[in-house]
Amino acid sequence: MNTTTVNTGKFYGFRLPQLNSIWLSNAIRLVALPLAGILAFLLLWSVTAQKIDTSLGKFPGPSAVMEQFDALYSEHQRSREKEHAFYERQEARNAKRVAEDPSYVPKIRAYTGKETFVDQIVTSLITVMSGFLLAVAIAIPLGIAVGLSKTLNSAVNPIVQIFKPVSPLAWLPLVTMVVSALYTTPEPLVAKSFLNSMITVTLCCLWPMVINTAVGVAGIDSDLVNVSKVLRLPALRHVQKIVLPASVPMIFTGMRLSLGVAWMVLIAAEMLAQNPGLGKFVWDEFQNGSSDSLARIMAAVLVIGFIGFLLDRGMLALQKLVSWDNSAAQ
Amino acid sequence: MSVLLDISHIDMEFPTPKGPFTALRDVDLKIQQGEFVSLIGHSGCGKSTVLNVVAGLYQATRGGVILNGKEVTEPGPERAVVFQNHSLLPWLTAYENVELAVKQVFGKSKSKAEMRQWIEHNLELVHMSHAMHKRPGEISGGMKQRVGIARALAMQPKVLLMDEPFGALDALTRAHMQDSLMEIQAELNNTVIMITHDVDEAVLLSDRIVMMTNGPAATIGEILDVNLERPRHRLELADDVQYNQYRAKVLKFLHERHSKTDVPTTRSMAQKTETTASAMKKDSTSVPESVDNAA
Ligand SMILES: Nc1ncnc2c1ncn2[C@@H]1O[C@H](COP(=O)(O)OP(=O)(O)OP(=O)(O)O)[C@@H](O)[C@H]1O
Ligand SMILES: [Mg+2]
Repeated sequence: MNTTTVNTGKFYGFRLPQLNSIWLSNAIRLVALPLAGILAFLLLWSVTAQKIDTSLGKFPGPSAVMEQFDALYSEHQRSREKEHAFYERQEARNAKRVAEDPSYVPKIRAYTGKETFVDQIVTSLITVMSGFLLAVAIAIPLGIAVGLSKTLNSAVNPIVQIFKPVSPLAWLPLVTMVVSALYTTPEPLVAKSFLNSMITVTLCCLWPMVINTAVGVAGIDSDLVNVSKVLRLPALRHVQKIVLPASVPMIFTGMRLSLGVAWMVLIAAEMLAQNPGLGKFVWDEFQNGSSDSLARIMAAVLVIGFIGFLLDRGMLALQKLVSWDNSAAQ
Repeated sequence: MSVLLDISHIDMEFPTPKGPFTALRDVDLKIQQGEFVSLIGHSGCGKSTVLNVVAGLYQATRGGVILNGKEVTEPGPERAVVFQNHSLLPWLTAYENVELAVKQVFGKSKSKAEMRQWIEHNLELVHMSHAMHKRPGEISGGMKQRVGIARALAMQPKVLLMDEPFGALDALTRAHMQDSLMEIQAELNNTVIMITHDVDEAVLLSDRIVMMTNGPAATIGEILDVNLERPRHRLELADDVQYNQYRAKVLKFLHERHSKTDVPTTRSMAQKTETTASAMKKDSTSVPESVDNAA
């Protein structure tokens, strides 16, 4: 009894400072150093910004950008209130007319206010995710097929190799023309501009995903393939039990790569084609040329960067969730 | 007892950029139900090729393999393979690895509960019950090899094919595994073809030892019948005269008569083999990896 207490005391007496120092060095590495980096950047930014004069006034420093964040958000709230009021008025009007004349069929008109900064963020996010998911749906089955079959690989490889280095922005005019030629439903489910941006995103996601999936599938340990042969696994079960799990790390590498590029390309495409989204916001502000424009663009730049970062982290988290080999996900 | 497996005059040629490479020439072997046969020979002579032809993973260029009167044309679970490096699926637990095989073989004939019992029974057979819900990454090399054996046994194969199953294990683990294998074989009376580099292992486990000549165009050089009584115990056999004679015969074949022509082609070759042989006698009984045949 006695010895135990003494030992415990000794144990803690010895161990605690060590634990403390590990905790401390972790805290420094994970919190203090990044914080210092950010502070230094902000300082450098505000000092440099003051020295740059543009035709639209001084280059915005951190505080100007913060102000614009505030302004953008309250603009968004005001717009939402307006929208709400619009629908309320419409409803009241319709109710009144129906009361006067029961045969009247009320018309419901959509609110057509200008998209706010938040709306543009949401649009861009929806666009990038839809384009990305469409690419996943095409590229992963295709990549698996190409990885499994040498014949198919030889057939598809030249096409992939040629299209891979093409900037998806070069596709944009073609996509736009094709979409307006083919997408002629009288009551479109989604806007043409959305389709254009989405397909551009898909085109840029496709190649890295096909290549990485195919490489992953082709590189499966031949012993594992032999196991499957000895078991006489049917083709679908072979893909499900052996091929997919074995190539999950490579598939995710391709997906992360694609999503990163897709986000960059989407912003550029929105700027170029004036399609709704963050890119259009940036372009509009640039065209607008008010004294706040640069600060607003800078705010958009920060948001774009932050969202790109979150998308990457999200993919990483997803990879950790589905992958058996977590050492690959870092 | 009747012939279960007939490896009938097989030749194996591999297409290479420099033209076809003849790995095997006229390998002919008949194996009976319940027999334990070892294949021994120098590295690269073509042992794995023989095994892969029997497994159906390779197609022989000439000749063929007949199992129970039917020609083998593709791989199948009645010829289960224990691969050299275990080849477990790393994303499945030991239990799930065996389950994949059991579902495939008995999915229609056994109920869920029966399959579960059968999987657990086989894992118990190789003494892996305690770690059956661990993944290959979490267990030792010997344990992985055990699971690989359990997976193969669980398929209830007509022939169990093992490619250097214990090659990657340390001596102690290997001895344990050999004992387990002898126990299992005594219980189930499996027909086994096992490739090995280890002379002691071959003599201890086998009913017959098939010694292969060096490649290219390797073939069966000599077959040694091992008539030691079972059950065999390694410690008792260590001083057994007959055991040591068998051992010596295999060693002699490997070190002196490894050449296809039975006679070393040049004098320098003979000297080289002699020195290697005497060096081998001193410390180890494994086959050296690098005795080339300048054919
Ligand atoms: N797929 C293949 N294509 C071409 N040559 C091959 C192929 N597989 C094996 N060989 C050749 O056939 C010969 C026999 O190979 P094999 O793997 O059967 O030897 P082994 O006796 O199993 O050797 P080890 O003891 O080192 O495993 C070697 O010379 C090898 O280079
Ligand atoms: Mg081999």
